[in-house]
Amino acid sequence: MAESRHVAVLGAGMHPWGKWGRSFVTYGLTAARAALDDAGLGWTDIELVSGADTIRNGYPGFVSGATFAQALGWSGCRVASSYAACASGAAAIANARAHILAGLVDVALVVGADTTPKGFFAPIGGERRDDPDWLRFHLLGATNPTYFALYARRRMALHSTTEQDLAAVKVKNSRHGAANPYARYRKAVSIEEVLASPMVADPLRLMEICATSDGGAALVLSSMDFARRHLEKLGGGHGAGSTHRSQSRPLAKIAAVSTVTPRYPSTVIEMPHFATDSAVTPIPRTAENRPDLPDHATEFRASIARAAYEEAGVAPEDVDIAEVYDLSSALELDWYEDIGLCEKGEAEHLLRSGYTAIGGRVPVNPSGGLSSFGEAIPAQAIAQVCEIVWQLRGEAAGRQVEGARVGVSANQGLFGHGSSVLLIR
Amino acid sequence: MPSSERAGRPAGHGEAHQRVAAVDGWFTLDGAGPALIGQRCKACKTFVFPPTASWCPNPLCADTEMEEVELSRRGSIWSFTNACYQPPAPYVAREPYEPFSIAAVELEAEQMVVLGQMVRGTRVEDLHVGDQVELVLDTLYEDTDREYLVWKWKPVGAEPAGGYGDRSGDRSGGSGPKKSSAGGNRMAERRRDG
Repeated sequence: MAESRHVAVLGAGMHPWGKWGRSFVTYGLTAARAALDDAGLGWTDIELVSGADTIRNGYPGFVSGATFAQALGWSGCRVASSYAACASGAAAIANARAHILAGLVDVALVVGADTTPKGFFAPIGGERRDDPDWLRFHLLGATNPTYFALYARRRMALHSTTEQDLAAVKVKNSRHGAANPYARYRKAVSIEEVLASPMVADPLRLMEICATSDGGAALVLSSMDFARRHLEKLGGGHGAGSTHRSQSRPLAKIAAVSTVTPRYPSTVIEMPHFATDSAVTPIPRTAENRPDLPDHATEFRASIARAAYEEAGVAPEDVDIAEVYDLSSALELDWYEDIGLCEKGEAEHLLRSGYTAIGGRVPVNPSGGLSSFGEAIPAQAIAQVCEIVWQLRGEAAGRQVEGARVGVSANQGLFGHGSSVLLIR
Repeated sequence: MPSSERAGRPAGHGEAHQRVAAVDGWFTLDGAGPALIGQRCKACKTFVFPPTASWCPNPLCADTEMEEVELSRRGSIWSFTNACYQPPAPYVAREPYEPFSIAAVELEAEQMVVLGQMVRGTRVEDLHVGDQVELVLDTLYEDTDREYLVWKWKPVGAEPAGGYGDRSGDRSGGSGPKKSSAGGNRMAERRRDG
């Protein structure tokens, strides 16, 4: 894709993940200030603040853009707030990027943060008999791990996946995360430890299911023109007196953001639904629904990163690192196939060969993934991008993937919000 | 507490417990063969469950006339799991908590997958992808004067595959880990989610 469609990532910042018990605004502010500092910009330089919403922290969470703007000090800048469940962070990135590419603003701050309760995510309060999310808990007792486990068991039945494979995903990610100062779980674990952890939703064990975490992540995005001018200014224009770290590192750029919905009929059961679409009515394979692709490639998860590759003009073979949404150990294996690292049913071979570990051909979740972080919902898709940015710059101390030039994130929000961000340097 | 206009009072249930549906209009309550109630588009013939659509979900069909139909009472297991830890409210759990199994079931005629709990006492060790199951009604929870019913799936003994054998290849690896306990006694500890 032409550089005219690139957006520069000037700054990335995070608040460490954990169970800190403070306001989500605190985490967002810490992350925002870190991203501004990383960019060498002040808050009043920002022309748009794009917040990723949280629904578990009352009204301030629903209007997160304004909440963060007020906390940073009202500046009169533009504001946006986006909610897309687990994809909220990517939706906030997409919103900021669209403003920049449309020429409405030059530089934007994207912020997402969450404070989570302990235990299973439950539906938000009240008796809501017309809300499938409320009804799936009430009528089925179907939690999020229920759905993760259905995918996992299906995978084990169709492919050669073993319990050891599932545990090995956790082992790999725990090694990656051990070196990440922002990760919540920073201890490398063994296969035996994983397999000794209690079963939650067969075949998934406690250590193979993503926890709920507090955390915050932020990005400073700008037009390529703004980035050039800004970096020149930081360098003093004469090569002397350059002090800001932006000067001595590659510039990471967002080349594509995928925000796709499923295609009808969506035949894989998705949270929070009771049933799939029916496939009885043939849908003609017109140009819009991709006659060039095999059936499985039109499934929702497989369509998410593909849209980003196509927008960026990049092939899956070009990818050096990936951050995927490992809500469970088994789901990470599904993502290997869905982001195009291998064909259906071959993910276990990649895992076993070390292909997806740091040191392998395409390290997946070098940050440690959700496995090491737990999920701080609106911050998580932003955190994926922070990690890729640091990897592309060569700043991921202790977990650096040497020579990484292209990175992709993939994520899926409840009710059909796909998201994938493709970055290059 | 919820009520139902489709309340029934089957003979022989004794006591004053009135049996009512835990959700209105999603399944039939009468007769020996309960069925899920879905919708079918009059124009393109596609199916929907639950029956709450006011327009056809097919993007190439503009029809808004959806008629109620009973869905197939039998299907084959697409996948399955269990709930070793007590789900949060609004699930109403038994005291003390009893882990339950849950299955995603493929309906052949409708070409769709529908979730449901397995009947009480079904262990994941006894389930396989591709197994045949049938729809029954079972207690979801009770209060002082009512028993709330929901649909559940029940294994069909040694039923023939009945031409639904396209998933037969699934069965080899689907028997699941062999273990002695589902770990439900540890439910008071940490619970996680994504």
